[in-house]
Amino acid sequence: MMHHHLILRVVTKLLVGTIILFALYVQFHGDFSPGGGFQAGVIMAVAFILYGIVFRLEKVQRVLPPWVVHKLMALGVLIYAGTGILSFFLGYNYLDYGAFSPDHPSHGQHWGILAVEFGVGVTVTGVMISIYYAFAARTPLIDDEAW
Amino acid sequence: MLVVTALAVVRTRSLFAVVMLSGVFSLLSALLFVTMDAVDVAFTEAAVGAGISTVLLLGTLALTSRYERTARQSPLVPVAVVLVTGAALFYGTLDMPNFGDPAAPASNHVYPDYIARSVDQIDVPNIVTAILASYRGFDTLGEVAVVFTAGVGVLLLISGLRRRRKGGSKAKQEGPRA
Repeated sequence: MMHHHLILRVVTKLLVGTIILFALYVQFHGDFSPGGGFQAGVIMAVAFILYGIVFRLEKVQRVLPPWVVHKLMALGVLIYAGTGILSFFLGYNYLDYGAFSPDHPSHGQHWGILAVEFGVGVTVTGVMISIYYAFAARTPLIDDEAW
Repeated sequence: MLVVTALAVVRTRSLFAVVMLSGVFSLLSALLFVTMDAVDVAFTEAAVGAGISTVLLLGTLALTSRYERTARQSPLVPVAVVLVTGAALFYGTLDMPNFGDPAAPASNHVYPDYIARSVDQIDVPNIVTAILASYRGFDTLGEVAVVFTAGVGVLLLISGLRRRRKGGSKAKQEGPRA
């Protein structure tokens, strides 16, 4: 199965790493350039979805099993809410990032935004990949001629 | 071009072409956002609208039939509804301030304050990120919760997790393909 589409498979192998790298750039450079957790999460998910489309679903699920993706969904929300609770316990308001660096409030803001955006990215990645898994797992394999 | 693409979506019978055209539509509206200097929104539109949703629609397409059935009812009623709604929306835009109008309510409420203070308080060059993650942190937390809930909803509806759990090890192997 799928022994043809040589160009697609080679290009995919080249691209997946680049896409993941770009997702990380969008994620952690979101303070300075357009982008942030939402976009980065989607781009990160696209890398895995592309891999799943070109090589079959089983291959990508060997890299990233569904139960891991389901945990990621919840983990992201927990990171976001946990950041808030952490600032809570440091004696500040909920989600007041000044708590992480009382001497330099703007540094604290940097850390807080970084953590929160990371949570956003993790959740979006998890949700997108698991929606793709849910759809793709129900689809019988399609003949290439059918398209 | 947006209008032409939208008309093509309506006229085409092949659903595969419709999915591709809706991706084109998303990319074009992303370009529109770029020309209006909303780079972050354009980024999201390109990634989500043109990328992910096209893939998900293709996945749905593989589950259903590939061609649209010819409509049995007369299209007059839907056309009337669309025309009335469109007219109401156009009427609504008459009250909207011009693009970039300094007197617009959106640029007068809290945003001058955000723009003035964010360099001192947050020191993040991308002000969209500053507002999104810090000033509007609660809103964003809510958005993440919405995304999470949507994912959980889709999983509960169509992933077939329960069937796998009930069916033991044999069903576990076959479960997703069933």
